[in-house]
Amino acid sequence: MSIFRFFSKQTSAPTARERLQVLLAHERASVGHSDLVAKLREEILAVIAKHVQVDGDKVTVKMDRGETVSTLEVDIEIPLNAVRAA
Amino acid sequence: MAKVIVVTSGKGGVGKTTSTAALGAALAQRNEKTVVVDFDVGLRNLDLVMGAERRVVYDIVNVIQGDAKLPQALIRDKRLDTLFLLPASQTRDKDSLTPEGVEKVMTELKKHFDWIICDSPAGIERGATLAMRHADIAVIVTNPEVSSVRDSDRIIGLLDAKTERAERGERVEKHLLLTRYDQARAERGDMLKVDDVLEILSIPLVGIVPESTDVLKASNLGAPVTLADNRSAPALAYLDAARRIAGETVPMTIPGERRGLLGKLFGRRAA
Repeated sequence: MSIFRFFSKQTSAPTARERLQVLLAHERASVGHSDLVAKLREEILAVIAKHVQVDGDKVTVKMDRGETVSTLEVDIEIPLNAVRAA
Repeated sequence: MAKVIVVTSGKGGVGKTTSTAALGAALAQRNEKTVVVDFDVGLRNLDLVMGAERRVVYDIVNVIQGDAKLPQALIRDKRLDTLFLLPASQTRDKDSLTPEGVEKVMTELKKHFDWIICDSPAGIERGATLAMRHADIAVIVTNPEVSSVRDSDRIIGLLDAKTERAERGERVEKHLLLTRYDQARAERGDMLKVDDVLEILSIPLVGIVPESTDVLKASNLGAPVTLADNRSAPALAYLDAARRIAGETVPMTIPGERRGLLGKLFGRRAA
């Protein structure tokens, strides 16, 4: 193990630095008003729940806060008979 | 004109109390009248680090509630007659510190001292916000470690929003004090470097205090680091930091740095 580490020269400080830069960019942006990505997630789910009976287990939400772009991935299984009457 | 300094960090255990005592003693050694004020009501420790724990009679809450006059609560340091301590209360709860009470105490301290150094408790609750409330200068104590840097960033945000100066549209002068730094580990890439932390937090650097056994030794003895052994590496770092806070220009050195010829020729630019 140690011989591989010697050749790959893996150090932890650059990872710490990158993680902090991404995290703080988001935290600074969200001071005062709530986090945009979190808000979108809530509102999107609310809109879907209005039209479709959503089973909590069938909803997967993934958030990835990136350096320049964040992604919000909402994956909902909608059964054929779940459409609410308008 | 009295200057109020808050020593703060958000995160606990990074060296706020050690730094308060060391900077306080360093400023007092310049023959400027200095008081260190403990804001950590319920968990006071500045008295212990200053070696005054057996002389505490009254504390800041007694003064606020009118049970004692300010001069009765101030403890004069046995080594330096320009250095005083205003201890926190150990038995009261945090809510006994009121904004009006703190303002009254600060106004009176400003009449008698050149430097008022407020030792903030960890966290961002009342004690911490009251400690920074009246500050002209903030010393943000940070370890080269992710959770400490994140919390410092949060505190910097609060300094720009919740202080008297911020509310008047003025700025609190902010300084980064990097503590527990280990140059060898940073060079190996196993610890955030000085420049990494500076780039992330983007506030000027006031000092780099190396990780050192001298810090524990000093607190064991109940002496500020700068008084316990004024030739030790952390003492030198704090003495330089105090001079920078007082407005002097002192070249910045990284403790333990192996400097090449170019480095020796050109030195290192202080922030």
